Formats: sequence, structure tokens, C-alpha cells
Amino acid sequence: MPFYWTLATILGLAALGFFLGRHRAVASVGGERRKLHSLRKYYGINVAMKTLTPALGLLVVWLIAQPVIVEWRVSDLVAGTDVADTRVQTLVMVDVRRVANGLDTAVAAGVLSEADAASLTADSGTIRDTLGDAGVALGSDVSAPVLAAAQRYRTLSARADLTRTVAVLAVALLGLGWSLRETDGDFRARNVVEQGVRGLLIGAACIAILTTLGIVLSLVFNTIEFFRIYPASEFFFSTTWSPSFGGGSQLGILPLLWGTMYISLIALAVAVPIGLLAAIYLSEYASKRVRSVAKPALEILAGIPTIVYGLFALLTVGPMLMKVFGDGGLGWMQAGTAVMTAGLVMGIMLIPFVSSLSDDIINAVPQAMRDGSYGLGATQSETIRHVIIPAALPGIVGAILLAASRAIGETMIVVLGAGAAARISGNPFEAMTTVTAKIVSQLTGDADFSSPEALVAFALGMTLFVLTLGLNVLALYIVRRFREQYE
Amino acid sequence: MTDATAAAALAPKKSIITVDDRTQKRNAAEKRFRAYGIAAIAAGMVFLVVLLGSILLNGVTAFQQTFIQVPVYLDPAKVDKEGNRDPEEMAKVSTFGYKPLLIEAMAELVTERGIETEIAPGDMDALFSSSAVAQLRDRVLANPDLVGETVSFNILAASRVDGYLKDRVSRDSVARDKNIDAGHLDIVDALRAEGDVVKRFNWDFILGSDASESRPEQAGMGVAMLGSFFMMLVVLGLSLPIGVAASIYLEEFAPQNRLTDVIEVNISNLAAVPSIVFGILGLAVFIQFMEFPQSAPLVGGLVLTLMTLPTIIISTRAALKSVPPSIRDAALGVGASKMQSVFHHVLPLAMPGILTGTIIGLAQALGETAPLLLIGMVGYIATNYPDGISSGFLDPNSAMPAQIYEWAKRADPAYYERAWGGIIILLVFLFAMNAIAILLRRKFERRW
Repeated sequence: MPFYWTLATILGLAALGFFLGRHRAVASVGGERRKLHSLRKYYGINVAMKTLTPALGLLVVWLIAQPVIVEWRVSDLVAGTDVADTRVQTLVMVDVRRVANGLDTAVAAGVLSEADAASLTADSGTIRDTLGDAGVALGSDVSAPVLAAAQRYRTLSARADLTRTVAVLAVALLGLGWSLRETDGDFRARNVVEQGVRGLLIGAACIAILTTLGIVLSLVFNTIEFFRIYPASEFFFSTTWSPSFGGGSQLGILPLLWGTMYISLIALAVAVPIGLLAAIYLSEYASKRVRSVAKPALEILAGIPTIVYGLFALLTVGPMLMKVFGDGGLGWMQAGTAVMTAGLVMGIMLIPFVSSLSDDIINAVPQAMRDGSYGLGATQSETIRHVIIPAALPGIVGAILLAASRAIGETMIVVLGAGAAARISGNPFEAMTTVTAKIVSQLTGDADFSSPEALVAFALGMTLFVLTLGLNVLALYIVRRFREQYE
Repeated sequence: MTDATAAAALAPKKSIITVDDRTQKRNAAEKRFRAYGIAAIAAGMVFLVVLLGSILLNGVTAFQQTFIQVPVYLDPAKVDKEGNRDPEEMAKVSTFGYKPLLIEAMAELVTERGIETEIAPGDMDALFSSSAVAQLRDRVLANPDLVGETVSFNILAASRVDGYLKDRVSRDSVARDKNIDAGHLDIVDALRAEGDVVKRFNWDFILGSDASESRPEQAGMGVAMLGSFFMMLVVLGLSLPIGVAASIYLEEFAPQNRLTDVIEVNISNLAAVPSIVFGILGLAVFIQFMEFPQSAPLVGGLVLTLMTLPTIIISTRAALKSVPPSIRDAALGVGASKMQSVFHHVLPLAMPGILTGTIIGLAQALGETAPLLLIGMVGYIATNYPDGISSGFLDPNSAMPAQIYEWAKRADPAYYERAWGGIIILLVFLFAMNAIAILLRRKFERRW
């Protein structure tokens, strides 16, 4: 628990700093508050801020950096043995960490004393049993270098933990002392505090950039890693997808892309006509009362989580389609999970998405255009078909593109409703699979992250990210162009 | 003059009272078009009704469970061999020691009710859940004085028996079932007539923990609900302050420059990134790189925070934008600093809008499944309540949608019922959150 104590201590120091700073400011002007430059609370906040922020920042950075550095220092201990390439090394490091954690648990449970844990040797061959007593299960017996590395890992971690606590507290105290020293009646505390707050606001805004950066980096690094062990041309142009964790997998993305496109196409074929016509009716024909009921009701569909749609596809729509198209009916369908099942359900999910976006866009068409058309004697439907739709077309295309990007990125419906077989076929009643479904199946389970079968998921994720991002950027560009046209 | 009359004579005589063909066609087209619109909305409504209907129809039964009321003679010779009623001594008798007691009690109940059956007394264990034995043992260990007496117990019936009462299991399907015979169902019918087998509301489904694949009758949502709760705490605690801070900066302070543009484009793009990509981010950054524990609500919460941030930022900015500039000007006019005008005046006025947006963002995060799949919150069987706050954040747990997914994947159809039931629980939370958001908006919304 030293981490929580460190945190509590710096929070306590900050609180103390608040009162000290406030008091010192008032004292420096002999109790006459009117002589202070700022309200007295700002002096307190200034001290608290300068105590807390650097210490917290250091703590966070340290927490992130510590395991990386400790592992790097430990790695040369195992590097000299049987470890040639980095792939195996990560596996060994996982082992080392597991043993180190096991020793920690054993010490905490009282099975081992601290000294015993440090002096254990692999020759005695009892480590697995000892750890087993403490409730830590190890897969295989521990080799000597791994044990040594684990022990080194523990000592280094312990030392780093101690240093961290000391460093963080020192920084907090330093901040406290320094900010208290600068506190006196003439100090422009409010301006300084406001500068600080502004910095925090900017920092919060930058988290969006950090997130994007995190996504891109985690995708790019792992994708590069993947292409290093698996040829890129095979990945992009092979039509076979048959991963086997034993090795010798064929990981072609084409069947997955085909499944994704096919399902999205069916989904759009359901969602676009229904959503568009509903939007037209709601914005052009419906009375206020109908609108106030129908619009929120349609939007309920958008608020339902995708897992619900997934289950709906698997347990309701699939069996229903089987009755019509299955062996008892037309005989086109082999199982309830198929492209059609997933596509239909995804279409239902997208209806409110298309309808509310198109609704906005149709409403943005200026009334003058409608009035002009009515003035020429057109009926309402002629106005809609010949004036409003053409005028709103770019926006509607944008909305459809956004819906398409939604469909491509949708996961739960296809995981539950589309089946798992990767194939390229024209029959919509056959099971196919998608990029997202395969990301899930390749990354869940106990695969190690260095095998091509797991890393391929990052390449798939990269493809997905690029595809959806492209569609979005295009759609937003079109929509924005359209808006400008009428503003 | 003559020309004009000639032209008039050439034109067909038309009355404006009778409608001509062309107008008729156009009016018909108008009607058709309107009908398409109504049909589209009707289709949407039908989908909604079918969806909600099938959820309710399939899920409501999950809240009821079949129990068997059976008097059990707690034989001291089997439960407490030493005879000193010492709970520690008695704990040595495992559930294996208790099973015969229940089987005997069942057989006795059957003969007592005068039910003719060809089922051997030893096969009576198909009637009750295997968890019933553990229930019995716990009761006895908690209260050793019961030993030697005949105590009436309310035990969970086996999932097949439960399914039979709920029409999920039929006599036809039982013929191919190794777990239970038609004879058992006869006993169930007879006991039901006597009132020994009853269907009751099952609190354990709402409060209990997940169970192994072979005993769906015992599985519940409780622990997964706590997992979701801790995740939502993380999401609320991080995304509200960060989202509000970011929006305040972008809306009130940001200069028109490159950085601001980049941030804005970023936010609108992040809002459209598929949720599974956030799962990949969580896996690579939080679990691979930072080595956070897998399946922990803390990591799930962090990933969902990043996912909901854009939603919250967008709605917060709209709320800030709707506060009229006159408020800011007035505050600045009486000598407030820019920061004070924002934090003392604009922010409180925008608060209802911000909270509404936050609740809707949270509701979205609560139902999200895909990213949780990747950080390992699926596949983990949530069996233990976390003890304490820090273990609530760090111990492996499941989450409501992940638990539903897990159940949907299991082979036993009894779990499908649980999955639908779980969806009802999840939707109740979502509707409640949305209702609060709507109420907030109605109550505090101000038009300037």
C-alpha cells in the first residue's frame, strides 16, 4: 500500500499548504486583508497547486516508466542464456514477472520470509511447490536464470518503489516550501493561479490528441511487428484466412473485408430507405404530435446497446430466418448465423442513425426553396423529390457514409450473428465473418502477443481504423460543404 | 379578336370541379409517397416493438426460479461424526458427505407423497441443483444446532426441472437428455400438484454471482453489476472533469490557431472511431505497455473514459455555447477576471446541459461491450464479490454487457434465458439514466 500512502501524503501536504499559504499571506500584511493583491483563497490555492501538480505528474510518469526500466535492467540477466530474438524474450519476461509476483504473494502470505525469497535457488526444485502453497500456480518449473531474474526484478522494484516515494515527497515538499516563500501581500496570486488553471485546461484538451496518438502508435508498432514476421502481400492479397496457433497460418484479409462489406451493404440496404423515408415524413409531413412521439421512439433504437442487438440476431432473427429460408423452408440457409441475419439486425440499428442525420439535413434546406416550388404549382411530394432531395443530396450522402463507417466498425452484432467462417461467397444466407469479429477472436484467449496470429489483429485494427477514418473525413467534408452552401 | 376565340375553342373544355387525369395521377403519387413515409416509420416502430417484445418475452422468466421444499433429516452420524457440534470439526465433511442426505430426503418426500416412480432413489439428484448441497452445508455449518433434527429446506431445482416448468424443456427433448429422465418429470408434476415444487421470484439472479457452465440455475448478475459500477465510477471520475476542462478551454479560451484546429478535428474523429479500436488501444497501452492487471474494472473504466470523452466534450461545448455572451460581458463588466466569469457564472448556468450530456455518455459506456472483450473482461467468470474499494477497482471482474455476452456464448439454452434477463436488467439501468437526463433537461433547461 505504499502507493496509496504516497498519494494520501501529497494530498495531505496540499491541504496543509492551502491553509499555510492563506495564513501566511494574511499575516504578511498584518491582518489587513484589503492590502492583499488577490483574495486570500488564491494564496492558499497557489501553494496547494504548486505542491500537488509537480508531485502528481512525477508520480504518474514514474509509475509508467518504472516497469519498463526495471525490465530493461533485468533483461540482460536472461539475455545471456537461451534467448536469441525478442519474441522469446518477451515470453521469458512474462515468466519472470509471474515468478516475481508469486514470490511477493508468498511473502505476503507468510509462506516465505523475505530473506528466503531472496536466497531461493532453482536447484532445490521446490519453488513450484512453495509457491503453490501460497496459492500461486506456475505452469512449469522455474529455471535458474528466470529465478535469478525474478529475484533481481523484486529487489529492483522494491528499490524503485522506495526511491519513488522519496522523490515524489521531496518534490511535493519543495513545491510547498518554494510557494510558501514567494507568498506575501504583493504576490499576484490570482494571476498565477489562473495561469495554472489555464494550463490544466489545455492539458485536458490535449488528451484528445494523446488518445489519437495512442491509438495510432499502438496500431502502427504492432502492425510493423506483424509485417516483420508475416509478409504484407500475403496479408493484403491472399484469399484464405485460416489461423492456427500451432503455426503455418494463412492470414489473408480479403475474405474478412468481403464479409464486412457484404454485411454492411445489407445493413445499408435496410437502413437507408427506411431511415431516409422516415426522416422525410417526419420533417415534411408529420404533425407536431406525431413527430414528438415517433422521433424519440425511433431514437430508442439508437440507445440500445449493441450486445442487445447481437443477442437479438443470434436468438430471435436467426431462428426466424431459418424457419423461412432454412431446411424446413426454402433450404438456402444452413445455420441461423449468417450474413443476412447480421445485416438485417445491423440495418435496424442504423435506422435512427440515418434518420436523425438526414432529418437535420432536410431541415437545413431553406424554406424559400420549398415556397418557390409550391408557388410553381408542385405538389408536396414533387417538391420533395425534385427540390429538397437534390438540394440535400450531398448531406444525405454524407449521412450514408457515416452510417457505413458505423456498420464497418460494428462488432457485437457480427460476433454473435454472422458466424465464424471466413469465406468469399455471394450467398447472403451463408455464414461469413468480418474484420471486427476476427479482431475479437484473435485477441481474446491466452495467446501471447508476439505470435503472428495475435499480431494480425493489430493489422486488422489498422485497416479498420484507416477505413472508418477515411469514410468519416470524407463524410464530414461533404456535410460541411453542404452546410456552408446554405448558410 | 377572332384569334382569341379560336384559340379558346381549340383548348379542351375543362371544369375545375372535375379532376383531370394528370392531376389525379399527381395526387395519387402524392398519396403514395406519403404512404411510403408512414410505412417507413411503421417499419421502425415494428422493429422496436419486436425487439423490446422479444427481450421481455424471453427475459422475464429469468427472474423466476424453481425451488423444491424438502424436509431434510440432518443425520448426526454423517454430518458430525465426533458428535460435539464443533463447526471446525464439522467443516471436514465436504459436500460429498451431504449429498446422500439430500438424495435420501428427496426419495423420502417422493414416497411420502405416494408418488409411484421407477426412478431409483439414488437417481433423485437429477431433481435438484448441485449447488443445493453446498447451500445445505453452509446452513448447517452456520448453525450446528440443526444437526439431528429434520429441517425443511428450500433448495434450487436443477436447471432441467426449472426449464420444464418454464416450457423450455419438453418431454421430447428429455428423451435425448442424459441429465434427466421422463420419470423425473413425472415426479416434478406430482410434487408440483402437492405444492412442494414452486416457482418464485429469484433475488439471486439479480444479486448473485456467475456460476459454472453446468449450473445455470445458480448464475446471477450481481458481481458483474458491481464490476460495471466500479467502471462507471472511473468513467465518471475521469471523463467529467477532463471533458468539462477540455470544453471550457476550447469554447472560452482557445485562440484560433493550429493547435486548436488539430484538437477539434481530433475530437470529432475520435467520436466516430469504432469502439473496438479503443479496445485495441487499451490492450496495447494499458495492459501490454503499462502492465495493468487484465480484466480489472480500472482498465475497463480507463478505456471507456477515452471512448466517452468525445461525447461529453461535444455536449458540454453545446451547453457552454448556449449561455448567452451577455452573462460573460456582465461578469467582466463588474470586474471579474475571464477565469472568474467562466467558473462563477457560465459554468453553473451550463451545468444542467453538461450533466445531461454526461449521463447520456455514461449510459453509452455502460452498454459498451466490444472494448471489454479485448481487455479480458469476458471469459472471466465473476464469482467473488470484491472485498473493499481498491479490490473493486483492481480485482478481475466482469461487467454487465460482458456477462450477457458470456452467457450468450454458452451452449446450454438455460443460459440464453439468463442472457435475456440480464439484458432486462441492463436496459432498466439505461432507461433510468436516460430518464434522469431527460428530467434534468426539462427541469433546468433555460431558454434565453
